[in-house]
Amino acid sequence: MADLFFLTIEHMVLVLIAIVISTAFGILLGIISYWTPYLDKIILWTVDSLQTIPSLALLSILMIFFGLGNVTLIVGLILYSLLPIVRNTYIGLTGVSPHLKDAAKGMGMSKLQRMFKVELPLSFPLIFSGIKIATVTALSIAVIGVLIGSGGLGYPIYRGIQTMNFSAIIKGTIPVVIMAVIFDFFMSKIEQKLVARGK
Amino acid sequence: MIQFRNVSKRYGKKTILDNLTLDIKAGEFVILIGPSGCGKTTTLKTINRLIEPDSGEIIIDGKDITKVDPVKLRRTIGYVIQQIGLFPNMTVEQNIAVVPKLLNYSKEEIDAIVHRLLELVNMPYEENAKKYPSELSGGQQQRIGVLRALAASPPIVLMDEPFGALDPVTRDSLQEEVKKIQKKLGKTIVFVTHDMDEAIRLADTIVFMNDGKVLQVASPEEMLQNPADPIIKSFLGKHMNHENNAANLVASDFMRAKVLTVPKTKKTLECIELMSRRDVSSLIVVEEDDTYLGTVSVDKIRAQGKAGKEIKELVTVESMTVTRNSNAQEAFELLIASPTGYVVVLNDDNTVAGLITKTSMAKAMGEALWGEMTQ
Ligand SMILES: Nc1ncnc2c1ncn2[C@@H]1O[C@H](COP(=O)(O)OP(=O)(O)OP(=O)(O)O)[C@@H](O)[C@H]1O
Ligand SMILES: [Mg+2]
Repeated sequence: MADLFFLTIEHMVLVLIAIVISTAFGILLGIISYWTPYLDKIILWTVDSLQTIPSLALLSILMIFFGLGNVTLIVGLILYSLLPIVRNTYIGLTGVSPHLKDAAKGMGMSKLQRMFKVELPLSFPLIFSGIKIATVTALSIAVIGVLIGSGGLGYPIYRGIQTMNFSAIIKGTIPVVIMAVIFDFFMSKIEQKLVARGK
Repeated sequence: MIQFRNVSKRYGKKTILDNLTLDIKAGEFVILIGPSGCGKTTTLKTINRLIEPDSGEIIIDGKDITKVDPVKLRRTIGYVIQQIGLFPNMTVEQNIAVVPKLLNYSKEEIDAIVHRLLELVNMPYEENAKKYPSELSGGQQQRIGVLRALAASPPIVLMDEPFGALDPVTRDSLQEEVKKIQKKLGKTIVFVTHDMDEAIRLADTIVFMNDGKVLQVASPEEMLQNPADPIIKSFLGKHMNHENNAANLVASDFMRAKVLTVPKTKKTLECIELMSRRDVSSLIVVEEDDTYLGTVSVDKIRAQGKAGKEIKELVTVESMTVTRNSNAQEAFELLIASPTGYVVVLNDDNTVAGLITKTSMAKAMGEALWGEMTQ
């Protein structure tokens, strides 16, 4: 039981590390796509394609570069999480009302000031919902990490499958499901608050 | 202070600003007015370089603005956009403080500015400063939009229909406020509207635009007196009736068109009978071809008329005449001087158009002053 608790924490930490890094990169890529008219297509297409690679295949390829262990899993999760974050950042930024962009520009804000004082804050509800989707997805994908030798709840589930031990499978699955539900619930709450305030 | 020199802007084949040349003096309240789509907003946006013209130059304080860093330029020009454009992620206080913060004012200075400005528009700090724009009424939002533009005391303020969607009462009081602020602080304001009422109330100078061209630059009084184009006239609408009619009125506007005329061959007795039947004291006598000959009064017929004679022998030409297009004032002076108490109005072909009497004159003047009379 203590084991399971430890694995759950490990699972969550791996996912959160990946999400934090992915959020930073994702927002950055979203901003770059928004700022550069031709790069936007390329960036969006790339993060889109990343997500079409089956997770096991992606992790296997990454294993070639990063070896067995947690690092490979984290890199994989980062790549997977990019799509919803980059896309929502891009949609959010392009969707800010042109009048507000005009107002910000007309008041004498530089490009960076417009981004950080107006455009990003106004896009944040949408960006946050991208982060939420990425987090919930990553929680379940992380289970596969066991196949490339990383920690987390993949291990008890995998062991359960190998030994045909259903209670072990369920014991490993339940924390994943509970975490996903809890994250989804609280992040949705925050999301609603953000959307309401942004009106 | 702001000079436009041959400024043109095209989008594709469409010319939006057509060789605009304009001079705006320091401290002047200038209003850009014209039909929707005529290029008012575009003109305004060229001043703070939100739009760059294709040709021509704009000079502010002697400097070609393309030589000035646009970000620095904009911080010295207040801007109220057509759609209000308060930042929904910022409180009222933060919205007002945007430009002072960009200019690195101290916290105390910014505090003082926000307090003073909110007071100026009767929105107490305690009640309003921490609210978000979505918690304000439309009128309050527009007030904050104006304050935000004034916060860093820019010498020039651009306002694009700042009172667009307001009820008349709020609008009136905001116009009042803006005019007061402008006078007090000596700002140069370039203000866009398509409401002539607003223009006449606020402007030192009205710039009338149509199809990307300036049709007329004039003070409100001048524009009312001499609109340079029929479109301007139609914009002036009711103001023309009230304030401009006197200059444009002609004799025919004051006359009574239904008048009694008789041919010169009419017999005197018939004339007397006609006059008593119609209850008039004189008749207008015309030639066979209906051109004006003269007038005859009932007294004269009684005194000199012989039964059976034709009326032409008694006709006098002492009555005053004017042509229908002569100036109303001239007709008015003739009427005052006229011994008969009326002035005959003639058409260009010398036929009789009507008669100006003291009654018809009074009625027409009443209409010019107060609109169509029912009685
Ligand atoms: N980015 C653009 N691309 C193409 N045409 C444009 C663009 N911006 C404005 N126009 C056109 O330029 C013309 C002038 O626009 P502008 O906004 O200056 O008009 P306006 O006088 O402010 O009108 P309104 O009173 O409706 O605000 C319009 O016909 C408009 O359709
Ligand atoms: Mg406009």
